[in-house]
Amino acid sequence: MTRAVSLAAAIFTALAGGGFGLADELRPYQIAGGAIAVSLTGTPGDAARGRAIVVNRTVGLCLLCHSGPFPEERFQGNLAPDLTGSGARWSVGELRLRMVDSHKLNADTIMPAYYAVDGLNRVAPAFRGKPLLTAEQIEDVVAFLATLRGQ
Amino acid sequence: MTGSLPRCLIVAIALAACVASANGGDIPLDQRRSGYADLGRDTKAMQDDDTSNPATLWVLDGEALWNQKAGSANRACAECHGDATASMKGVAARYPAFDAVQKSPIDLEQRINLCRTERQNATPFAFESHELLALTAFIGRQSRGMPIVSTDEKLKPAIEAGRKLFMQRIGQIDMSCAQCHDDNWGKHLTSSLVPQGHPTGYPIYRLEWQNLGSLQRRLRNCMIGMRAEPFDYGAPEAVALEAYLMWRARGLPVETPAVRP
Repeated sequence: MTRAVSLAAAIFTALAGGGFGLADELRPYQIAGGAIAVSLTGTPGDAARGRAIVVNRTVGLCLLCHSGPFPEERFQGNLAPDLTGSGARWSVGELRLRMVDSHKLNADTIMPAYYAVDGLNRVAPAFRGKPLLTAEQIEDVVAFLATLRGQ
Repeated sequence: MTGSLPRCLIVAIALAACVASANGGDIPLDQRRSGYADLGRDTKAMQDDDTSNPATLWVLDGEALWNQKAGSANRACAECHGDATASMKGVAARYPAFDAVQKSPIDLEQRINLCRTERQNATPFAFESHELLALTAFIGRQSRGMPIVSTDEKLKPAIEAGRKLFMQRIGQIDMSCAQCHDDNWGKHLTSSLVPQGHPTGYPIYRLEWQNLGSLQRRLRNCMIGMRAEPFDYGAPEAVALEAYLMWRARGLPVETPAVRP
């Protein structure tokens, strides 16, 4: 019985595609000094995985609005700042807060909160209750952005 | 006179400032531009020449439907409305319009379907059906070059509701129409130039669709892109947003049927 339920949950999660089921909850975090100092997962992310998320236009979505040091990627957006040098401009904790919920820094920013499910309107059923990225994905992206130290 | 004029001016400026701040970033009237202005030369030529504009096929089908008897009333549009080049001139430029019977704003597609059910005793066309797009394109074509008009006081509540929807962040991506089309027009969302979003040419032939489509289809595209639940076709919210967009585009010329990437 329990196995059937967990199997169903696994299938549901797989179908939902985000790796984040409705039953999952966002991990708690603390904002201090314009940053989230502690990793959401308790461990550092993987920069190589983070890069893959950043350039993936249906997962990270970053290049829809941002451009950056991705010479192989055509058609990068310019609605938002260039990601080049992000790791030099911001600390890891500052990058984490910018990914988790940029609205905490600027209520009017067009940067979506990548790790929030509350306060949204008319979210399509397939995405309801799910953040844009999981805690693991956020950490991977933060780890990658921290490597962007060039000019 | 010299004493009172500056005072009037101060009040006027203060009022204007209030309105401007409440609106956020309305595009100044003289800075508005149709998406046409940013088309490539080939796409402009495609729109401008009826023989190369793919939407002409729909316009011609719409003309045939205009003259074709329909429904148990066995009556054609032309039997009541006569020559569309005269009777429909300027009509699309002022839709959505307030319908006294429905006591609500209706868009051109809904107007056509009301005529079908009320005057022709025919079944309404489905939204985005070839027939409805064809008739809408044919009627819209009669207003080509005429300025969009939005002066009916009875539309004010819908326009205000539409403005709120335009300003509201939606979807998992949590962005409003205004954040792109008021605040960031002219920049690029990947390869796409963000237009101001004036509905000057609907129904449009969109190259991405390889098809003609309505303004509501286009609005649904954006909403789905924001991972939001789109408005149902014909929903009051959708018509309110259309009414706001037409008010916002007031004075710009109708281009129907336009071609867009």
